[in-house]
Amino acid sequence: MLSPALVSLALFLVAPILFIAVYSFWIRTAEGLDVPAFQFGNWIAVATDYYYWLGLWGSFKLALITTISCAIIGYPAAYFLARIQFSNKVLLLFLLFLPFWISYIIRTMAWISVLGRTGALNTMLISLGIIDEPLKMLYNDFSVIMGLVYFLLPYMIINIYVSLDGIDRNLEASARTLGCSPWQTFREVTLPLSLPGLGAGCMLCFVLAAGSYVTPRLLGGPDTLFFPDLIYEAIISQLDWPTGAVLSVILLLSLGLLVAVYNRFMSLSDIYRSFAR
Amino acid sequence: MRFGDDKKYERLLEACGNGDISRRQLMGFLTVAAAAVGVVGGPFRGLTREALAAVEQVRFDGWGGIVSEAFRNNAFPAFTKKTGIKVVEGEFGDTDEFLTQVKASQPGEYNIFLVSGVYDYARFNKAGFGAWINEANIPNLKLILPATLDAFRNETGGKLSAIPFDYGTTGIAYNRKYISDAEAKEAGAKILWDEKYKGKMAMYDGWQTRAWMASLYTGQDPQGATDVEEMWEACRKQRDLVVKYWGSGQEFIDLMSKEEIILSDGWSGRVAYLQQNGHDIGWVDTANAGFAWLEGLMVLAGSPMPECEQLLDFCSEPKVAIAIAEGQNYPPALDPNKVELTEKVKSLPGFDPTGKFENFIWEKADYWTKNQDAFKKEWERISKGA
Repeated sequence: MLSPALVSLALFLVAPILFIAVYSFWIRTAEGLDVPAFQFGNWIAVATDYYYWLGLWGSFKLALITTISCAIIGYPAAYFLARIQFSNKVLLLFLLFLPFWISYIIRTMAWISVLGRTGALNTMLISLGIIDEPLKMLYNDFSVIMGLVYFLLPYMIINIYVSLDGIDRNLEASARTLGCSPWQTFREVTLPLSLPGLGAGCMLCFVLAAGSYVTPRLLGGPDTLFFPDLIYEAIISQLDWPTGAVLSVILLLSLGLLVAVYNRFMSLSDIYRSFAR
Repeated sequence: MRFGDDKKYERLLEACGNGDISRRQLMGFLTVAAAAVGVVGGPFRGLTREALAAVEQVRFDGWGGIVSEAFRNNAFPAFTKKTGIKVVEGEFGDTDEFLTQVKASQPGEYNIFLVSGVYDYARFNKAGFGAWINEANIPNLKLILPATLDAFRNETGGKLSAIPFDYGTTGIAYNRKYISDAEAKEAGAKILWDEKYKGKMAMYDGWQTRAWMASLYTGQDPQGATDVEEMWEACRKQRDLVVKYWGSGQEFIDLMSKEEIILSDGWSGRVAYLQQNGHDIGWVDTANAGFAWLEGLMVLAGSPMPECEQLLDFCSEPKVAIAIAEGQNYPPALDPNKVELTEKVKSLPGFDPTGKFENFIWEKADYWTKNQDAFKKEWERISKGA
């Protein structure tokens, strides 16, 4: 039963990545043609161009802020889900993933109606007399982070939830009987035991955010520099596939390295566990 | 008794499970089978394509939103009813994106698309993606404006791989609630650098339009800038005033209609749509601040030519072409001296009643082709803060 899976993986995952890697060594001629070759010109051009590294840093910075925001917002929500005495908890989990039934693009675009100059938030603040002029909340890093947090929050919550749900409640009860306050119990017992889930959620959110393309494109402004957008520009606008391939491999390696480091200290199985539930 | 592929595979899997063959051997068999399919499939690929072409359907790709709707509502169902040929629709955000899709596809996967501008027509042909049309199969070609036909023919040595279909202009759109006609007209392209409108304007995220407007702003020929650095410096200056670079006509409509912005460069058809839907949007046309472009229905290499030519001829029938023009708000490339156009068409922004286009500034394909790589790269960096 393993062979079909291996064949699928080889055909649909490994082979395309290898194609991209091979393409990164090709030459793009002045006429716009891609000529098969093995040379490092594209790699050197990218490595020595500060612009691309700025783009990578921009992506990672926004991904980090998004991940931290997801963790801060997601933990209490997951805690609530794990601890609530409710007979039909599956329903709550179902509600968590309900937005996924709507197209990602539509969900992202909905933020324009919320954060825009004439959007719901500005209209409300003006009608309450809190502000006179609309706040600039759209088409900047803030709106991109909002969009990404909205998209990634369920992934964070489900990971933390699984971890919290698996904690033996007797451990918390024991801590309390030994004199711990509720806060101490949380800090000394619950939080450390839920760290694998939090770590898995953070890793997943960071990787997905750093590789995100649609949200920065729709909600970002002229100052939003995102690495996947540079890949898009190279491949689609400039038709420079070899450079686009180099950039793709760099993003893949950077995120792959992150996953490897995570796996070294935590375990990828925490992520599998979340989705196996 | 004959076994199908699935049965053979099941037997192999069973043999592997029983230990008769090793997992490595199983993988080997599968690899050989996959390679055989690949090798045998190659020669048959052409036949498959021809068989598909005979499936009586053609693919049409165009700009989304109101443009796609105009074709869908006014042409394709009637064409299918008349000929039995189904039209499969696709959309693209911009021509660069579509060129990438065509580049990555097999010949024949894409058939007809709405090519925007002589420059795009030229570069698709230079890349070898165009297919030559047999003009005898398109009787309605005689109704098309000679000037537009010449524009395409000049790029491809007298032959055609597209028929002119409509034309439009890029100009400046503004909300009359905040900006008067007099102010917009007097300032022309310079209004796009007015600090007064900082944070209230957006621009099209197209390197060609950006280079054009910046050349006008810096007093240079938009199709022959001599101080390119000054041109890009103007773009950098403008970037600080812009709230968003929009990527599609629908996004432009959305931004203007919701008053997220009050000023932008835009396309005549989309501005007409806004006006028709009750938005008080003013327009400074090509003579003052922009340029004109010619759109055509281009046939791509490997397409079923007779069916494609049938569709091109059908879309060029005056009744159909006018209905599409009214739907998408771009005047048709029909000769007004040979075809009676409707009042709605005559009132569209950018419509030329003479059909001679004397006041129009058309894009010069040579200039843009020569500079496309450098301009694209530079613009993309500037648009991202570089």
